[in-house]
Amino acid sequence: MVRRLPRKDVVIVGLGWTGSILAYELSRTGLEVVAIERGPWRDTATDFNIGTAPDELRYAVRHDIFLRPKQETLTMRNNPSQTALPIRKWGSFLPGNGVGGAGVHWNGQTWRFLPDDFRIRSHMLERYGEGIFPENHHIQDWPVSYDELEPYYDKFEYLAGISGKAGNVKGRIQPGGNPFEGARDRDYPTPPMRQGYAQELFTKAASGLGLHPFPRPSANISVAYTNPYGCSMAPCTYCGFCERFGCANYSKASPQTCVLPVLVRQPTFEARTECEVTKVNLAGDGKTATGVTYVDAAGEEWEQPADVVLVCAYALFNVRLLLLSGIGKPYDPASNEGVVGRNYAYQTGSGSTAFFEDAKFNSFAAAGSLGVAADDYNSDNFDHGPHGFVGGASITSAHTNGRPIQFHPTPQGTPNWGSQWKKAVRDTYQRVTSVGAQGSVMSYRNNYLDLDPTYKDPLGRPLMRMTFDYQDNERKMANWMADRCDEVAKAMGAKTTQVNRLVGPWSVVPYQSTHNTGGAVMGSDPKTSVLNRYLQSWDVSNVFVMGASAFPQNAGYNPTGTVGALTYWSLDAIKKYLKSPGPLVQL
Amino acid sequence: MKHSGSRSPRHPGHLTRRSLLASAALLITTGGTRARVVTKVLPWDPNEAYPVVPVKPGGYLFFSAAEAAAVDAIVDRLIPTDELGPGAKDSGVTTFIDRQLMGPFGGHDWLYMQGPFAAAPLPSQGLQSSLTPRQQYRQGLAALESYCKTSFGGRDFVQLNADEQDKLLAGMEKGEVTLPNFSSKMLFAAIHANTLEGYFADPIYGGNRDMAGWKLVGFPGVRYDYRDVIEKPNQAYTLPPVGMQGRPAWGAR
Repeated sequence: MVRRLPRKDVVIVGLGWTGSILAYELSRTGLEVVAIERGPWRDTATDFNIGTAPDELRYAVRHDIFLRPKQETLTMRNNPSQTALPIRKWGSFLPGNGVGGAGVHWNGQTWRFLPDDFRIRSHMLERYGEGIFPENHHIQDWPVSYDELEPYYDKFEYLAGISGKAGNVKGRIQPGGNPFEGARDRDYPTPPMRQGYAQELFTKAASGLGLHPFPRPSANISVAYTNPYGCSMAPCTYCGFCERFGCANYSKASPQTCVLPVLVRQPTFEARTECEVTKVNLAGDGKTATGVTYVDAAGEEWEQPADVVLVCAYALFNVRLLLLSGIGKPYDPASNEGVVGRNYAYQTGSGSTAFFEDAKFNSFAAAGSLGVAADDYNSDNFDHGPHGFVGGASITSAHTNGRPIQFHPTPQGTPNWGSQWKKAVRDTYQRVTSVGAQGSVMSYRNNYLDLDPTYKDPLGRPLMRMTFDYQDNERKMANWMADRCDEVAKAMGAKTTQVNRLVGPWSVVPYQSTHNTGGAVMGSDPKTSVLNRYLQSWDVSNVFVMGASAFPQNAGYNPTGTVGALTYWSLDAIKKYLKSPGPLVQL
Repeated sequence: MKHSGSRSPRHPGHLTRRSLLASAALLITTGGTRARVVTKVLPWDPNEAYPVVPVKPGGYLFFSAAEAAAVDAIVDRLIPTDELGPGAKDSGVTTFIDRQLMGPFGGHDWLYMQGPFAAAPLPSQGLQSSLTPRQQYRQGLAALESYCKTSFGGRDFVQLNADEQDKLLAGMEKGEVTLPNFSSKMLFAAIHANTLEGYFADPIYGGNRDMAGWKLVGFPGVRYDYRDVIEKPNQAYTLPPVGMQGRPAWGAR
């Protein structure tokens, strides 16, 4: 039997980056806020202790702090003609779990999307005509502009203490920064990280080729910093345990370092962990949410009534919760109608591995967002006319770690075991680096999310089904980028290089990227979007949905900077809504 | 009210300290809901809540003597002891695998193991077998033993010479060897993956003894502060590696 709890002003589903920011900003205005998180509470000293945090086997290989597939996973297939099967073990992407969410285990690359990314459809149409767009695409403009989001990007960067070098302050190009970035009001809060030997070579080589390298913006911060909330962070020590790990140094921006210390002191805030929200409840008219239902650690069901429901889980699980709650019309690729699950997108990875005759890259001295990038081939910073594809990539030289279970590259043709393998591993470890291209993925009619007809979670609810493959446009783009990477790798002085192309169907096995986007996209038209420009549900106006699930398609960048900016952008709208409830966009 | 723990305890048997933490200050019930409720104070405590229990070498918990001997022989070919230093067998990798099989990894405890299991999954769909690592080792090693006895005149894997072992392993790697009722490719993949893990994981798990794997490549372990290295690009790192329990020169633990 479901028992009803006393009403709250706001219920938040999931206590990661977006949930913690909203919880703090709303509870400090005196509102009663409860955050319901299905994973455990996590804190630096207790869960990412310096004596035990640098454990590659436990965290990177066995996935200790990630969502356990046993609790929830997805099914996947490459196209609608196939039968989806469950992702039994995470590979291609690694969803977070627990307080802090994916903000605990990220690398920390904190980008702003470019002004053109927000109006990609209009921009490409104006410059190249309709013919540039790939078959069956669903590319659409964002309902917000870069200029509108700029103050909110700034807020998130100052919350997280991001280390970087501005390339464009109020329209004036800054030497050493990214000249392609949109105008920003001021520089980053902290100076860029120190770079390693590979980045030194890359900077020279890329500049020589006419590119514009710059240190990439990093949430592993370069100097001590206290953010506007009063939370303090310590300088990064380049320990090389960022992605897949919690930071024991208080150096990586996360809800733990940047928000929770002040959030928990708000007397009107409460977090309930190890409780899984199973449904957003709707009133009889289907147009108002009455709160959420959740299952606690003992398996008991509870109803938490609230005036506003903020859906702040990981992008994929936001979409599933909407589908399970009946909020918004589910997408159907056959009729090309419906919106929930539509426009799922991802990220491409390609590049060149560079083997040097003699070098000591010391790749273990690293950080998740240490690296130098060039944006000359990102977005529409170059003429797409001759290439026939939409999108672009950041070209990067980076070392995020030298952890040897997963990082022990050998040249092609080396056996996988035996004395020859052992010798190759030893000889290569210090002499290998790479140039990588992280690229955009457009949205398509047949890349989507819906509920699986066969497989269920332990509570008996259907798993979500992911139907996804890279399309010709993305392959063309990523493989062209791989050749650009190879040019730079050769110019860096590599003795030999190996080009890594995007070939074969997308596979769940090798790790690729935890940048799953779309499925509950924001837009100007309820026929092609789940949310309006304020991340408010078109159908249920007291439901707001945060996260990268709102991206209409993905850009050639990591998503977190834009997720943070959208959260602050939506916060202003939520405050407006609380004063005067109702749809914030009238059609 | 007693803290009920999470639905899938992270380290069964090691919940005590975290449970204590929870019940002392943090488990406030809201109308009876069994949630861990955090409000007004940041819950933290010095030191790791779920520390790894260091593996004590000696004996086997999962493997029989014959299985352990076969695994010893296999991992010794995968990463041999040679002029570059100790290999997998001499670094304790068999003990590492034995202890891993006894933990949550051995039962795929954290993975999605509900059926139906597809007969012909796409390669892009990854792991689709219902066999846990414990089952893979038990059934796979038995199948290998039986195959060897039949194909090599009554000898088992341990009794083959190095060339015979290498040839057989190469065939298993490609799936060209047909073991009775077991995929040779699956057995090879399991042992190969676990061997790399054991050779390069922190010595606390029983492998990588004396940090042989880390010394091979020059990984300094868990020093956690390389600001000095980043200041000196392209220079050799000369300090010895350190594990989570320190290093031998600091005294036996």
